[in-house]
Amino acid sequence: MIGQIFSLAFLAQTIRISVPYALASLGGVYSERGGVVNIALEGIILNGAFCTAVGTYYTGSPLVGILCGVAGGLFTALIHAIVSINIKADQIISGIAINLFAVGITKFVLGILFHSSSNSARIRGLPHIYLGFIEHQRDVAHLLGNPMVLGTIAIVIASQVILFKTRFGLRLRSVGENPEAADTVGISVNRYRYYGVLISGALAGLAGAWLAFDQHSFTDGMSAGRGYIALAAMIVGKWNPLGAAAACLLFGLAESLQIQSQGGALPTQFIQMIPYVATIVVLAGFIGKAVAPGADGVPYEKEK
Amino acid sequence: MPYAIQLINITKRFARTVANDNVRLAVLDGSIHALVGENGAGKTTLMEVLYGLYQPDSGKIKIHENEVTIRSPHDSIKLGIGMVHQHFMLVPTLTILENIILGAEDAKHGFLNLSRTTSRIAELADSFSLSVPLNERVQDVGVGIQQRVEILKAIYRRADILILDEPTAVLTPQESTQLFGILSELKQQGKTIVLITHKLNEVMAISEHVSVMRKGKIAGELDTAETNPQEIAQLMVGRPVLLKVEKDKSKTGHPVLSVNDLSYVDRRGIAILKDVSLEVSSGEILGIAGIEGNGQTQLVEAITGLLKPTSGTIMLNGINLGDLSVSQIFESGLAHIPEDRIKRGLVVDLPIKENLILGMHTRNEFSSRLSMKLSGIEQNAKLLIEKYDVRPPNPDALARELSGGNQQKVIIARELSRNSKLIVASQPTRGVDIGGTEFIHRTLVSERDNGKAILLISADLTEILSLSDRIAVIYDGRIVKVFSDNKVEESELGLYMTGTKGNGKTAALA
Amino acid sequence: MARQRHWLEHPVTQNFLVPILAVVLSFSVGAIFIAIVGQNPIEVYYVLFSQTLGNEYGIGQLLFKTTPLIFTGLSVAICFKAGLFNIGAEGQLQIGAFLTALVGMYTFGVPAYLEVPLLILAGMVGGGIWGFIPGYLKAKTGAHEVINTIMLNFVALALVSYFATNLFNVPATVHTPPIAPSGKIPRFDAFLSGFEGSPVNFSIFIAIAACIFVWYYVQRTKLGYELRVVGLNSKAAEYGGISVAKNLILSMTIGGALAGLVGTNYVMGYKYYFEEGFSAETGFMAIAVALLGNNNPFGVILAALLFGMLEYGGLVINTMVPKELVNILQAIVIIFVISSNKIFRKTLNNFLKTRRLSIEQ
Repeated sequence: MIGQIFSLAFLAQTIRISVPYALASLGGVYSERGGVVNIALEGIILNGAFCTAVGTYYTGSPLVGILCGVAGGLFTALIHAIVSINIKADQIISGIAINLFAVGITKFVLGILFHSSSNSARIRGLPHIYLGFIEHQRDVAHLLGNPMVLGTIAIVIASQVILFKTRFGLRLRSVGENPEAADTVGISVNRYRYYGVLISGALAGLAGAWLAFDQHSFTDGMSAGRGYIALAAMIVGKWNPLGAAAACLLFGLAESLQIQSQGGALPTQFIQMIPYVATIVVLAGFIGKAVAPGADGVPYEKEK
Repeated sequence: MPYAIQLINITKRFARTVANDNVRLAVLDGSIHALVGENGAGKTTLMEVLYGLYQPDSGKIKIHENEVTIRSPHDSIKLGIGMVHQHFMLVPTLTILENIILGAEDAKHGFLNLSRTTSRIAELADSFSLSVPLNERVQDVGVGIQQRVEILKAIYRRADILILDEPTAVLTPQESTQLFGILSELKQQGKTIVLITHKLNEVMAISEHVSVMRKGKIAGELDTAETNPQEIAQLMVGRPVLLKVEKDKSKTGHPVLSVNDLSYVDRRGIAILKDVSLEVSSGEILGIAGIEGNGQTQLVEAITGLLKPTSGTIMLNGINLGDLSVSQIFESGLAHIPEDRIKRGLVVDLPIKENLILGMHTRNEFSSRLSMKLSGIEQNAKLLIEKYDVRPPNPDALARELSGGNQQKVIIARELSRNSKLIVASQPTRGVDIGGTEFIHRTLVSERDNGKAILLISADLTEILSLSDRIAVIYDGRIVKVFSDNKVEESELGLYMTGTKGNGKTAALA
Repeated sequence: MARQRHWLEHPVTQNFLVPILAVVLSFSVGAIFIAIVGQNPIEVYYVLFSQTLGNEYGIGQLLFKTTPLIFTGLSVAICFKAGLFNIGAEGQLQIGAFLTALVGMYTFGVPAYLEVPLLILAGMVGGGIWGFIPGYLKAKTGAHEVINTIMLNFVALALVSYFATNLFNVPATVHTPPIAPSGKIPRFDAFLSGFEGSPVNFSIFIAIAACIFVWYYVQRTKLGYELRVVGLNSKAAEYGGISVAKNLILSMTIGGALAGLVGTNYVMGYKYYFEEGFSAETGFMAIAVALLGNNNPFGVILAALLFGMLEYGGLVINTMVPKELVNILQAIVIIFVISSNKIFRKTLNNFLKTRRLSIEQ
């Protein structure tokens, strides 16, 4: 019995860690499948978390908070979209600048609104759906009853379908692989690239919302490299929604193992390395080659 | 008969050039119309204007006698225009089916209806004898199939006007024959076809009307039945085509390059070169004639060390090039004028003087153990710029700022300054104007007279015929015929180049 | 048909005009943020400039922040010349600085004329290894260096965190024991009392020497020629018998070694030990520095000075506006530079072209 609770709690822990990875990672999939490299995920998560905290704090409504988080993510992604798609500037540098911008702007506004440079006031958490039958197991009930957990699972599955079974997905993939070909059959490359980047903004914004609710506040730099882990998961998952989500679960599992075995055999830092080393190994082609979309990161210039 | 297409006074300018200058073109409904011209004459641009990829600066377009505005391919597709581009517009990682439907998907609430689409396409493919494996990825099928996919793509969109841009450039002769069969079939069923090409035999074989473009303008409109290749060629070039190069008989010396049983199988397992053997001696020009894509590129790359052959030997000045690096091969006596000057031959963002030492930068004149010798580089540049009349005569000008002909002069100046025994010249005058071409031809002949061995690869038969002392014909990766002089008719060469004669057999080393 | 080049069209003009315009624009946008907080932008900027440039202490602080930015900016710039995007300067500098400290703590008694070069070398070796890895992977497997350098940053951070908190640390701290005294690089204030209290030290001259080295290497040596050819057109390099793989690996390794020199400033010149978290985002800022400096070693110095000023400037204006204003300024500079490179140059050239056309007609 104790073992069961332990393992359920462990599972809950794993999922709790994996949710923001998965959301942001899916965001990366949409953006890069459309041909825009999105290193800005990190900054989008941060801005999403911040807007969620602010929205929830001022309205008292977590729902409004989530919407604010998504809006914050969308706005941040919009900057990336304009710079990458319209101006056709370097997408990687744009992403780095946006990450820097997010660190600055969140702390800047934090100082103005909450008179603190490190964290916001406490906010309400996300209400969970009451599940009577397992309510005695608090961790699990909170987890399964959490609308964002359920939502994330739904989004993962839906994304797989959207990308490979719908008109939208087909067109998105085509502008990411060979925009010229898409253009010649009348598909607006820019429009679909915008969709990809904006969806990634919304999803990474949601990831930020999760973090804010999870900690009941915004703390400075709380994205803590999650955007990069999401990027890693996207590559390890070979730019597929299910693959990326599985990689996120794997990374989450490793992390909760590490928390579980504090002071155990392996130092924390080595667990932390797992996603990054895994990505390097996969990219080098040691475990099946990961091939990025053909036009990933390449601005589409129409007139030669 | 009504017109399917009328282009009226179309003008399209780019930053530096006028690609289409007041062009008029009329294509009869249900006909096959050839649009011919040299590279850079403006054929493709004109058709891309029609297809909506470019907006004309002025002019009108009528489709089926109605004036239309075409802002994007979206509009042209709606008007029933389909285009098969020279570089296929396919998404390699998608399946053939997905490529065909892309942009015109049969979908319900956004979800693709693949089963219904599959049967519809299978039907279409059947009726035009265009069989393709629908569920394979495009990247896994050959170019012949890819081209059919492009045609199917257009027909699936109910195109009744089909533009094909140099469709045979990438095809084997068999595939070309099949393509012409398909085109006749399409015409039978009432489609209008515009064929962009510079191959006159194709024009004669399949078209009913010909429009000739030269330097952005229409140089002539002819009925195929009432013209001949000479007349068309003259219109293309703008003067009688007999480019006579003044040269004496060659004084052939000892063999410089000998290639023996060279074979190359590419990564996909396709044999590109099959037992190629040839020999070039000092004081002669050996011309390799052939339709592009029959292994010429790989042959040159194997000789110059850029590609590792699967088997066979290459000897240069008695040295086996087998395991030598590119720079060692250069040192053994090679000069190489590459086929694509922008991609390989030049670093366009470096100044002329630094381009003039590419591949020679380790020589004592240009560098010591660590540093470059600036004065040596500068002097070399001044000397070569003057000798080859490169304009502007400024060693510090970026190669990017030069015209195509002057860029080619830079490459030729550099390669000849190596003073090597062997010169491999691949498409040396492609995209170069007439004046530049004559200069390059004279230079090659005088190098020959200085005792150099020259291997000339050209898609331009006139060039091959007027420069070569001997001619080898390459077809499907084999040398199928070697002529011991250049007294051969173009049509005779054509028979070998298309595999009609000498098919399958490797010619004996002459 | 050589035509006259308009002065506005000259690359030098454009290379200076674009960055300056970007900086001016970002300060203008920054002014809006300052106004939102209810402060007077002119006052804030006055304080920013006068406190950083107006006295020796401020200049000392500024130069101290500038030094690592020069090293890492050069690292990014030289890789860029070879066509590679090194986002891994952060990881390279961590490994390099740690190795400097590690060697330093075990080499007591070595005379300064050996110890100083030894520790510098240790930093270069550490950074070099961390640059070599993505260079090698790029050359041999084609794996994209951008992703690999990002990933290696985190691996490096985790590694040095483990070493600096578990293995080689002074108990209950996150830093290593001090290096041998003979390995110390003197501070300015040891000679010039005006710099009293500011950490600027003679490693900035190593940074300047590194600039000269990079310039010489890229523009004047045989290897530099090869590196430029590979960076501008790898197909042409192949054709000319220049090994692309060798140059990719070499430039990443040199880039890493340059980033690894950051330890001279902090470990040898300031704290005399390695401390976890000593470098906040320097490696990322380096990208901005290289970009603003147009990947030119001397441009890098100017850009590093600007960013160094902003980094220290954040602290001096913190009483008036949140110091994160400078992060916002830095981000905006970057976005403006990459955007204006595209927009500004295009419009300028179009403008010149139409003007020329109208003159010709």
